Amino acid sequence: MSNTVDNSKRRFLTTAASVVVGGAGAAAVAVPFVASMLPSAKARAAGAPIKVDISKLQPGQLIRPEWQGKPVWILRRSEEVISDLTTLDEQLLDPASAIEEQQPDYCQNPARSIREDVIVLVGICTHLGCSPIHVPKLEAESKNLGSEWKGGFTCPCHGSKFDLAGRVYKGVPAPTNLVVPPHYFIDDNLILVGEHAPKGVA
Amino acid sequence: MFSNLMGWVDARFPATKMWEDHLSKYYAPKNFNFWYFFGSLAMLVLVLQIVTGIFLTMNYKPDAELAFASVEYIMRDVEWGWLIRYLHSTGASAFFIVIYLHMFRGLIYGSYKQPRELVWLFGMFLYMALMAEAFLGYLLPWGQMSFWGAQVIISLFGALPVIGGDLALWIRGDFVVADATLNRFFAFHVIAVPLVILGLVVAHIIALHEVGSNNPDGVEIKKNKDKNGIPLDGIPFHPYYSVKDIVGVVVFLFIFSLVVFYMPEMDGWFLEKDNFIPADRLKTPEHIVPLWYFTPFYAILRAVPDKLMGVMAMGGAQGLLFLLPWLDRSPVKSIRYRGPYFRWALTLFVISFIVLGYLGTQTSDGTTLAINNTVMARIFSVIYFAFFILMPWYTSIDKDKAVPERVTSK
Repeated sequence: MSNTVDNSKRRFLTTAASVVVGGAGAAAVAVPFVASMLPSAKARAAGAPIKVDISKLQPGQLIRPEWQGKPVWILRRSEEVISDLTTLDEQLLDPASAIEEQQPDYCQNPARSIREDVIVLVGICTHLGCSPIHVPKLEAESKNLGSEWKGGFTCPCHGSKFDLAGRVYKGVPAPTNLVVPPHYFIDDNLILVGEHAPKGVA
Repeated sequence: MFSNLMGWVDARFPATKMWEDHLSKYYAPKNFNFWYFFGSLAMLVLVLQIVTGIFLTMNYKPDAELAFASVEYIMRDVEWGWLIRYLHSTGASAFFIVIYLHMFRGLIYGSYKQPRELVWLFGMFLYMALMAEAFLGYLLPWGQMSFWGAQVIISLFGALPVIGGDLALWIRGDFVVADATLNRFFAFHVIAVPLVILGLVVAHIIALHEVGSNNPDGVEIKKNKDKNGIPLDGIPFHPYYSVKDIVGVVVFLFIFSLVVFYMPEMDGWFLEKDNFIPADRLKTPEHIVPLWYFTPFYAILRAVPDKLMGVMAMGGAQGLLFLLPWLDRSPVKSIRYRGPYFRWALTLFVISFIVLGYLGTQTSDGTTLAINNTVMARIFSVIYFAFFILMPWYTSIDKDKAVPERVTSK
């Protein structure tokens, strides 16, 4: 029988045990501090869905209600705008809205909307979060956008451009189309922004 | 009587030893020149920012509803409030001017090289902390530039794959920049980051005093000592350099006062015009740019057409500075004895930094001018990165001159 004790092994085991237990403790203590920086219950409540009345919205008119503190755009599009949308595919990065996160599946269509005449978008540039400016076809001259401009949105920060379905043009810094938030029509003139349609509602 | 008192203290706390180690018996090379003012000036500005900052917090309100008005209250109604606020806002820009000159000194005299790698690394972490401090503080007046600047910079984190979106949400504490963001930026700006900065300043100076100061000749004065072990080319920091630095302080305060009293906004360079409009989360200002000290990196970000790659290029532009001690393969420290390759490379680097800084202030609205600016930004970004990436090559084949044994004086 040997009386020698493997001290280095003992030292290793005590050190390893201290590091593991101490590290687990430190990680556990960090949780409340890290979690305290997440959006509070109050901020999450302010992120609740909103109801928007669009009965007075004229073709070409844009309203900017606020949801989760962000500007939401609701735009009524004319027949001309809807037909113009189909002519732009060549110039767009993602004309078919293939990236699923950018819109709910019920808006994954050429007009990116439930009803062709009304589009709902989050008015925040997908590049670095500025709020783009609505530039209708008629104002293209004053903004130096050229005669080919069919109406859309331009970002003042880094020059990204989007069409009137929120689809991003090629060759601009924004990587994806504007986000379509979850929304549904409660009736013809009332939109709920912030939730998908409950099951059973068309 | 006094020596008795000091004896009593020294038996309990190394007051005299610290005084001697860091001032009266810290031997610095005798050939310091103009470029050696900026270390002590950086300390001066740090103290200025801390003192003015303490007095600003006595009247400032970190609340999205009240912040903008409380800054105007400081400017108009608080006795001498305008002076304290202008000292603080001018101090922020002065800090970066001093730090950039201090870093340039390190570049030309090779102060980052062996054995001062840790001095350089602590300094780089200080620079990062200073940029964080400036960015956090810029949100506090809650003007349009404060708000949208923060929105853009926080969105940079959103470019990271997988965790990006949640990380940006966690930093903001809300779905957009909001009251929660302002409140936590205030906490970071007035306590968390200043503590980090103070700790790093101590580490920076301890590391420097351990290895000793470099000098314009880039020779180690510790190689030649007299019989008492004192470097032959060294002089005690106090009184020789403390007195010299006072001259620098006087000149600095003269220029600084001119700005504070006659042009505190510096025509939009130190205080941006759009920041006199309260934050409006539904409307972005037409022309949004960061303050001048961030614009070289901002120009690099914009030069890259891809979002994630742009953010990585910007991070890389700063990260490469950390690696400088290991990228430079030349045995010679000072530019006085460096060969032509390094001199040209450094000149091009400084030009690219300044041009990028200018381009970063220019609009990017899609017009022809903006497109030309983007092309320019790409060219100078390549030069910026080439300075670092090619450094191991051009410094190892450079035609360096012979370095003298002792420091020279002219």
